[in-house]
Amino acid sequence: MSDLTTLQQTILADIAAASDEAAIEAVRVGALGKKGSISALLSTLGKMSPEQRKTEGAAINLAKDAVTQALTARRDILKNAALDARLASETIDVTLPLRDPAAEQGRIHPLSQVMDELTTIFADMGFAIAEGPDIETDDYNFTRLNFPEGHPAREMHDTFYFNPDSEGVRKLLRTHTSPVQVRTMLTQAPPIRVICPGRTYRSDSDQTHTPMFHQVEGLVIDKTAHLGHLKWILHEFCKAFFEVDNINMRFRPSFFPFTEPSLEVDIQCRRDKGEIRFGEGEDWLEILGCGMVHPNVLRACDIDPDVYQGFAWGMGIDRIAMLKYGIGDLRQLFEGDVRFLSHYGFKPLDVPSLAGGLSS
Amino acid sequence: MKFSLSWLKDHLDTDEPLEELADKLTMIGLEVEHIEDKAKLLKPFTIAQIISAEQHPNADRLRVCKVDTGKGEPLQVVCGAPNARAGLKTVFAAPGTYIPAKDFTISVGNIRGVESQGMMCSAGELALPDDIDGIIELPADAPVGESYAEWAKLGDPVLEINLTPNRQDCTGVHGIARDLAAADMGKFKDPAIRQIKGEFPCPVKVTVADATLCPGFGLRLVRGVKNGPSPEWLQKRLTSIGLRPINALVDITNFLTFDRARPLHVFDAAKVKGDIVVRRARDGETLLALDGKTYTLDDKVCVIADDNGVESLAGIMGGEASGCSAETTDVLIESALWNEINIAQTGRRLGINSDARYRFERGVDAAFMLPGLELATKLVLELCGGTPSEIVVVGNPHADDRVIDFPLAEVKRLAAIDVPLVQMRMILTRLGFMMAGTGPVVKIAVPSWRSDVHGKADIVEEIMRIYGVEKVPMTPFDRGAAPRKPILTPIQLRTRRAKRALAVRGMVEAVTWSFISKPHAELFGGGAPELALANPIAADLSDMRPSLLPGLVRAAQANADRGVADLALFEVGQIFKGDRPQDQFMAAAGIRHGLASAKGMGRHWSGAANADALDAKADAFAVLAAAGAPMQALQIVAGGPGWLHPGRSGTIQIGPQNILGYFGELHPRATEALGADGPLLAFEVILDRIPDAKVRATRARPVLELSAFQPVSRDFAFIVDRSVRSGDLVRAAQGVDKKLISNVTLFDVYEGKGVDDSKKSLAIAVTIQPREKTLTDQEIDAIGAKIVAEVTKKTGGALRA
Repeated sequence: MSDLTTLQQTILADIAAASDEAAIEAVRVGALGKKGSISALLSTLGKMSPEQRKTEGAAINLAKDAVTQALTARRDILKNAALDARLASETIDVTLPLRDPAAEQGRIHPLSQVMDELTTIFADMGFAIAEGPDIETDDYNFTRLNFPEGHPAREMHDTFYFNPDSEGVRKLLRTHTSPVQVRTMLTQAPPIRVICPGRTYRSDSDQTHTPMFHQVEGLVIDKTAHLGHLKWILHEFCKAFFEVDNINMRFRPSFFPFTEPSLEVDIQCRRDKGEIRFGEGEDWLEILGCGMVHPNVLRACDIDPDVYQGFAWGMGIDRIAMLKYGIGDLRQLFEGDVRFLSHYGFKPLDVPSLAGGLSS
Repeated sequence: MKFSLSWLKDHLDTDEPLEELADKLTMIGLEVEHIEDKAKLLKPFTIAQIISAEQHPNADRLRVCKVDTGKGEPLQVVCGAPNARAGLKTVFAAPGTYIPAKDFTISVGNIRGVESQGMMCSAGELALPDDIDGIIELPADAPVGESYAEWAKLGDPVLEINLTPNRQDCTGVHGIARDLAAADMGKFKDPAIRQIKGEFPCPVKVTVADATLCPGFGLRLVRGVKNGPSPEWLQKRLTSIGLRPINALVDITNFLTFDRARPLHVFDAAKVKGDIVVRRARDGETLLALDGKTYTLDDKVCVIADDNGVESLAGIMGGEASGCSAETTDVLIESALWNEINIAQTGRRLGINSDARYRFERGVDAAFMLPGLELATKLVLELCGGTPSEIVVVGNPHADDRVIDFPLAEVKRLAAIDVPLVQMRMILTRLGFMMAGTGPVVKIAVPSWRSDVHGKADIVEEIMRIYGVEKVPMTPFDRGAAPRKPILTPIQLRTRRAKRALAVRGMVEAVTWSFISKPHAELFGGGAPELALANPIAADLSDMRPSLLPGLVRAAQANADRGVADLALFEVGQIFKGDRPQDQFMAAAGIRHGLASAKGMGRHWSGAANADALDAKADAFAVLAAAGAPMQALQIVAGGPGWLHPGRSGTIQIGPQNILGYFGELHPRATEALGADGPLLAFEVILDRIPDAKVRATRARPVLELSAFQPVSRDFAFIVDRSVRSGDLVRAAQGVDKKLISNVTLFDVYEGKGVDDSKKSLAIAVTIQPREKTLTDQEIDAIGAKIVAEVTKKTGGALRA
């Protein structure tokens, strides 16, 4: 029997020595193949006596099983080693720099973002958005808004005019978004609740003025809207827009031709090295003008001022954008400098929402 | 409008501190813009005396002084002033004092090795007029240790109000005091103005040629005056607000301008020849005015003339020739009313901003024309002596009577405040209104100086601003029962989406001017006369833009000039094809320059590519898709407008009538005309031109149909002429069986070796999606054969061997 034992040990030694798939296959064929050594022993079983077959057969089968197991085990080891070897050779430089995703590089202009913020806040308060043309008539920009012909208040507007047409009528670039109020009242029956954001123009250019700027106007007309409501709306708006829990506002009487009574609104703030904090501090910063719509304006828009009443306000979008986001120079908003836009602009997926916040 | 606190107290009996008065002014609508309070600013500066002054051991020009500050031991102070000497009394700033003119706070210092415990000050350092070289020299009786500002009586703060254009009455201190008194800030001093009896008829006749330009004119001669410098109190009033005293007669007119909002003019009667005529100037007449400039006039200007010609620009500025000087002995005092619009227009055209114009263009109190003249006469008599004539009056020196029927409930209706009737009456009465009746509707007479008050809302404002705006209760504004619905209109939504869609592609949003130069406007089909500004602010901002691209190109070039050449910019904004509202459109445009392909920006190890025309096409399509355009219906036609490269551009349209926009490479000539370095890739689409989507009744999507059968894919390669457009080939294949062919993808375009020079190879993958049953090989082959036949027919191509 030592032959079988010797054979088994020889084969097991060959298996252990096999260093790759091919070698192990050769050992398998040599032992268990058709002409293999163990196969040969198995084929001798038929010629044995039943008794002999019983003892020798069991021994041969045991040897076969041991060889089979050893083959499988060795094969696994070799396979894993081969895989490890392959993987070890497959390396990449994981520090290679990526391109920034396009959505991280693209930018939304601060003014667009702020307009979306305004829309979000006022939509929640039930306001719609009204718009009108930039090229307006004198009638809509001034006359119907109760600017008397030749009144000094007209001069304060530094209006851009077009050349007179064949009938001597000259159009102008709207000096404020208020003509949208007129257009809204002329086409829509009360109750009215709109904001009118848009581009406005005055022939003025210096450190703090650009010939083109942006305003947002608010207009409410119904049978009960009064100054108390106006105060509340503006207070809610300022808290929401500047994203603070509280804000101190000061309403003081002022004058605009199209509102009566008229008010200007300051917010309390503290300026500290270019940064502005709201809801604290000593300074008052003027941010908007407002008032009850002047009865002459209502009449000029075919609304009876003894039946309907309402209020309006207007503020500079550029200005509140600069205040909120700490932008120092108004003119840079319109220069298209990508360094400025990349720094102060917003990522396209930062869409203002009530649920997710206005800015992020 | 500027005035000092003591001037205010001429009209208001008050003990309120300055801060209270200033806050109240702001809160009643007279916004205090600035307070110059020398007393407060200079409070820490005290009077001190130099006990000794020794040479500094280490510096020739410095002295080491022992200074008695009136508190404790004398201090050691190093001083560089040439007049620092023993015995001198001067002004001292202790460590910790803020030096206004130098904007720093003094501290204990060490100057060239010697400690200095404060500073002795020059007038300049205190922001006071500086007349000597060195530190301030005070008289020997100045009390050491006392506050300098107090001792020197610098304690008259000056307030500056940002006056709104409606408040003509507050262009005078008297009117401001009336408002403050109404707001419980003191007692208004309003003594009656006594008429001064004329002792002889005024020898000068007055004719007013045009009563619309001059509704009223009063004139009086005072004979035998002695003109000279005005007294100190009057000079102080004027200098406190920055006016220069000239002589008593002129100072009186300037004083009443600010004191009573009543501009006046004085003529030296000896220099006036013949009678006075108020008339329009004749074209070409000139006047040397008191500002030393000569103005050429025309018939739009109202003047006061005599036999010598024009003597004064009515209501704006007097003339040099008839002005009063020290030699004046007979003076004509004029108090008149002028047409506000004419004054405003004349002042603007001649470029004169005078204190008189400021008041007359806002409208002065007509009823005060004659009292103002009496007041001026009184001052002339007091300061210069003389004998007054009777007054010549032409026209009507009275304001229109205005009475408003005022429902008391109006205050609550508009301002949401409950003001008791007695309080309303008190407020209005103190402001000079008269109220009759007890309601519900009362009659209110408006005072002559409040030409801004016409109706009920004006009365509400008067009551509210004095009662207190802060008392208007913040009232929640219910959004009502209206359902929460989207509020954006289709074009507003498209505008928003267009911006985000482009930014997601790595592009940066710019906002550029709505106006561009005329040549640039013309280049893009604009420049029409009705879109050219009559008064542009600059030559390159003269015409409304017909396209966003010129502005973007200029911005891109500016970036390139700063060293950022690889960039992708976009703008979504208004463009103008005409001057009517319907000619204004919302456009989206973008440009790419340099290594700014859709792959990414700039050079990169993974490969970098120059932007090309198809990147611009992709941008345009991204915008259109985001804005909800029907993408299947879009047609691409080769070529575009003249500003695009003829062979590398396309037009996006839905039928020949509705052109949505263009894309491609900018024409090199356009690039050059815009002053930019090409190539530039551009697109512009007009968002208004996108057809509105059908409104769906329900939000539910159509039922999803999932086929149970495997789709089959077949590839075909065709050899076609190079001029054949791939889009036509794809469409031909798609058209073969719209039901079964679910997709056609162009996956290879090849020109070059193996293909004839005039040809190219286009390869498509066709997906066939069986709907009802599995297709047999024969059926699939039949579809393939049809595709080959159709493509061959439409493009003249042949299946590649």
